[in-house]
Amino acid sequence: MKQFSNRYIFIFSIVMVIAVAALLSLAATLLQPAQARNLEIEKKRNMLESINIPATSENAEELYDKYIKEGFVLNSKGEPVEGVDAFTVVLKNEQKKPLEVQSLPVFRAEPPDGEKVIIIPVEGKGLWGPIYGYVSLKSDMNTIYGVNFDHKGETPGLGAEINTTPFESQFHGKRLFDNDSFISVQVIKGGAPESDIHGVDAISGGTITSNGLQNMIFDCLLKYNDYLLKNKI
Amino acid sequence: MDNHEKEPMFSAKNLKLLTEPLGLNNPITVQVLGICSALAVTVKLKPALVMALSVTIVTAVSNLVIASLRKYIPDRIRIIVQLVVIATMVILVDQLLKAYVFDVSKQLSVFVGLIITNCIIMGRLEAFAMANKPWPSFIDGIGNGAGYGLILIVVSFFRELLGSGTIYGYPVLAKLGIYNSGYENNGMVILPPMALIFVGLIIWFQRSRTRSLIEKQ
Repeated sequence: MKQFSNRYIFIFSIVMVIAVAALLSLAATLLQPAQARNLEIEKKRNMLESINIPATSENAEELYDKYIKEGFVLNSKGEPVEGVDAFTVVLKNEQKKPLEVQSLPVFRAEPPDGEKVIIIPVEGKGLWGPIYGYVSLKSDMNTIYGVNFDHKGETPGLGAEINTTPFESQFHGKRLFDNDSFISVQVIKGGAPESDIHGVDAISGGTITSNGLQNMIFDCLLKYNDYLLKNKI
Repeated sequence: MDNHEKEPMFSAKNLKLLTEPLGLNNPITVQVLGICSALAVTVKLKPALVMALSVTIVTAVSNLVIASLRKYIPDRIRIIVQLVVIATMVILVDQLLKAYVFDVSKQLSVFVGLIITNCIIMGRLEAFAMANKPWPSFIDGIGNGAGYGLILIVVSFFRELLGSGTIYGYPVLAKLGIYNSGYENNGMVILPPMALIFVGLIIWFQRSRTRSLIEKQ
């Protein structure tokens, strides 16, 4: 094997690193629009799933325009905030701000069964990374109409089960309030009885993800407390 | 590059590079490399197919790049250079998947990134590409990627069929009406340990057919 001088090795490394960096930045820039579009479609799809409309990446946009009527932003007192687009609010960034200045997005939807629902995005922490989703409420602002959860990297077969239909469908018809006090929905180890209007069955082997999910729903929906109480029937 | 001996592009020697990893020198069943991802992505046929394709592309192109540069790569930092090339290729593949097959990229999630640590690729770079010309190295990469992919596809075919009752997402068993006679999907096949058992069965089958693979006592 030929011996190379230190100088050669340094120059070789520098050239290699610069070439690779240029190549990767170029690829990232060129592919950015297509990737952003995929994320947008994914977001619309998740929202549709939270109002129990199954969508594919092909028809998500069309269904979204059809069933999701408008989005608006509230502050923590439940008053509308002007000039912010609800769809582009990044929940993760909002959660870092003090509560008073957070933008809280809400979407109004009319699924085909004639129900008028609102969709609230939620985001929290699972075991390995963020978990997020959408919770839709019936017009009484109390009963859950549907939910959609997703995660970045929970354990397959355990925590990752939160985005499966059997888990998500448990939330249908659960209530957030008891009279006028906010209770939210608890995950219960060993299963919740059918009659429990505030409880769902936790995931066996996915305790931390389940608890994270419970905290996520509680923390995120509590911020809407004033708005929900004002419009509650 | 230097001495231009006229060798046809698909000479017997080169073809052997392509076919050997499919059987006699399979990276998974004979060299027992890349097992980790073989367990993880073989629940369904579709992600397995995309993973196989991604690994083949990464192995082939990294082999090509390293073989073309082999005379200029300083020996002392060759492993670093190999890793940089692999990592670059994997990031490119990941970005392309995210842009054009988003659903699949979501399913593969972290495993695309983990192609970087797939021992097959680094093994081929160090053992083959550093000492051979670009074209044979490229073929060697394709061959090894395909050998890896072949096992992935066979394993995922059975795991999807037995575990979910579908083939490439198509509900075969439901269409055939097999469930009516009391058959149920085997949930255990979906779990990673069963992939190991399937790989083991393939190794057993291959060794029992090919005497030369059995170690001498």
